[in-house]
Amino acid sequence: MSESIRIEHLTKRYELGAMRHETMLREALLNLFRRGPRTAQESILALDDVNFNVDEGEVIGIIGRNGAGKSTLLKVLSKITYPTSGRIKVKGRVASLIEVGTGFHDELTGRENIYLNGSILGMRKREIDERIDQIIDFAGVDKFVDTPIKRYSSGMRLRLGFAVAAHMDPDVLFVDEVLAVGDAEFQKKCLNAMDELRSGGRTVLFVSHNMAAIENLCPRTVWIDAGRLRMDGGTDQVIAQYLATFSESQRTGYDLDKIANRTGNGAIRFTRVDFVDADGQPTAVFRSGEPFRARFYFRANDRIRDPHFGMIIFSDMGTRVTTVSTWHANYHIPEVAPGEGMIELSIDDLYLQPNRYFLSLFVDTTGTRFDILDHCIAIDVEDSNAYDNQGRGLHPRWGLVYMPSRWSVEPSARRAMES
Amino acid sequence: MAEFFRYRELFYFLVWRDVKVRYKQTLLGAAWAILQPFCMMVVFTLFFGRNGQVDTGGIPYPVFSYAVLVPWTYFQYAFPLTGNSLISNSKLISKVYFPRAIVPASSALSGAVDFFIAAIILIALMLYYHVPISAGLLLWPLLLLPLILFTTALGMFFASLNVKYRDIKYTIPFLVQILMFVSAVIYPVSQLPHKYATILRLNPLVGILDAFRAAALPTQAIDWGLLGQASLITILCLVLASIHFYKTEREFADII
Repeated sequence: MSESIRIEHLTKRYELGAMRHETMLREALLNLFRRGPRTAQESILALDDVNFNVDEGEVIGIIGRNGAGKSTLLKVLSKITYPTSGRIKVKGRVASLIEVGTGFHDELTGRENIYLNGSILGMRKREIDERIDQIIDFAGVDKFVDTPIKRYSSGMRLRLGFAVAAHMDPDVLFVDEVLAVGDAEFQKKCLNAMDELRSGGRTVLFVSHNMAAIENLCPRTVWIDAGRLRMDGGTDQVIAQYLATFSESQRTGYDLDKIANRTGNGAIRFTRVDFVDADGQPTAVFRSGEPFRARFYFRANDRIRDPHFGMIIFSDMGTRVTTVSTWHANYHIPEVAPGEGMIELSIDDLYLQPNRYFLSLFVDTTGTRFDILDHCIAIDVEDSNAYDNQGRGLHPRWGLVYMPSRWSVEPSARRAMES
Repeated sequence: MAEFFRYRELFYFLVWRDVKVRYKQTLLGAAWAILQPFCMMVVFTLFFGRNGQVDTGGIPYPVFSYAVLVPWTYFQYAFPLTGNSLISNSKLISKVYFPRAIVPASSALSGAVDFFIAAIILIALMLYYHVPISAGLLLWPLLLLPLILFTTALGMFFASLNVKYRDIKYTIPFLVQILMFVSAVIYPVSQLPHKYATILRLNPLVGILDAFRAAALPTQAIDWGLLGQASLITILCLVLASIHFYKTEREFADII
């Protein structure tokens, strides 16, 4: 089989200074006259000497934590941004789906947006003419196709965007996490469309946090970790290894100081987390429906106003289950003084089905992120005797969360059942 | 360049989008294209149109000023649009690949639709003031070419600076204002301050706008030397702006 994509020593460096705030000409001019050494520009390696090849017709999953460089890889491959060094070669016509519905304009109708979006994605007008009926049909918007899309629901926009993308006819397709949105039925439709592309012999690179989707679609998976290619091989093994890194043995506390894989400006940093039980004693056991308490220790390098602390719970398949934060709870912290501190989170009832979950921690404020630790901790939630041993119990196969429920039936209905 | 050609359909679609959206969003639609130069003409006439403050060569001042206000209004609208085009299309830049020059080029072209609508009013004005309509008006579409190219050049240069330095956008309206006064919009080229006339004539807008006026009015002949010089400078500007653009476009997606 011939080669479709070749990636050699691909490296991409971002200058943090240029990204963090908008540069003003005023500052640039002032800098010219400023004496002394310039402040050294901080930079990060988003991709660090990545090498791999893809054959024609292969469908490859790309996994890794947030900020590992997956999206940068797709952006470089689709020529949106340029590599700092290294070489890439992509053969044939490329379509890249970094976002659904790029360039949609509110004032234009569905039909007009199909043409606009199609041409942005690199389709010819002739091709769009040929496929427009299929696209409208796939999106299921035939009644509204001549209505401006500002009247569309977000779901309709999404369907329209994906419908256009699904009817491109590229040799190589890059897809970035577009399936993370939309309802279950539409997700299925999208996966089917991608499956069709695969059977059509197209090369597909698919970035996702959805391990189930990757397992379904991709025989081979590449794992990117902190900008480097960590593993490349059969999907089952790569995913198993990937998930294993999350699961150190259960502990009552985690030292967060040494975790390098974090983003944010560092004005506040998490240093440690301890889990405690209802009496405040260290614990490593988390049970469905029981209280969950965690103490987050942090160090502020500066006086910080209005910080929001929070935690995101992800399922083992990468689905975000929920987010809890001081902002959501309307718990206002006016200020954090420089130095060490601790904030305690109490969840009265942990309504999670028994399973493994991943926790991400963040502290930010409107417009600024201080410290973000993605998937930094894995916890195993254990079964408990919800429903006082009277019920059927809890199990991962029943879903991600459980909701304590009571049932009642109307007397008249009971009579109907009895008769 | 070859790549630009390959993406020509995207170019058409972006022009089409800008034009369509402009006319859809506004209540008055096409009336805007006429209203703006027309109001300017009325204001200019009130302030400069009396007592022969301006040497119009016997042409009624409204016609004299409107003849240049049509192309000037195009520039006044299209230059800021082009200069801010990369920023206003930042989502396209950071999410899709295509030759980046398409964005400013399509913005510069989409402004031209208004030009033709406003030009029709010129003919109406000439009829009203009994100014003979000359065949020179047929040159107008041709003269639009250097005007669009100059707008593209200036717009591209500012658009790429705008990505890097966000305060550039504040200089654009300011520059437009200055250009209006030094480009012989209100007065004829012959009234440029004599001391600086040679330097001021290097501004291609002077030659191009003057040619628009001369083509429309029966009393004035086109200064081909001045127009030729303006065209050459326009091409030079376009080459320089393109070189600058291609040098900087590699980092657009990273910093936009």
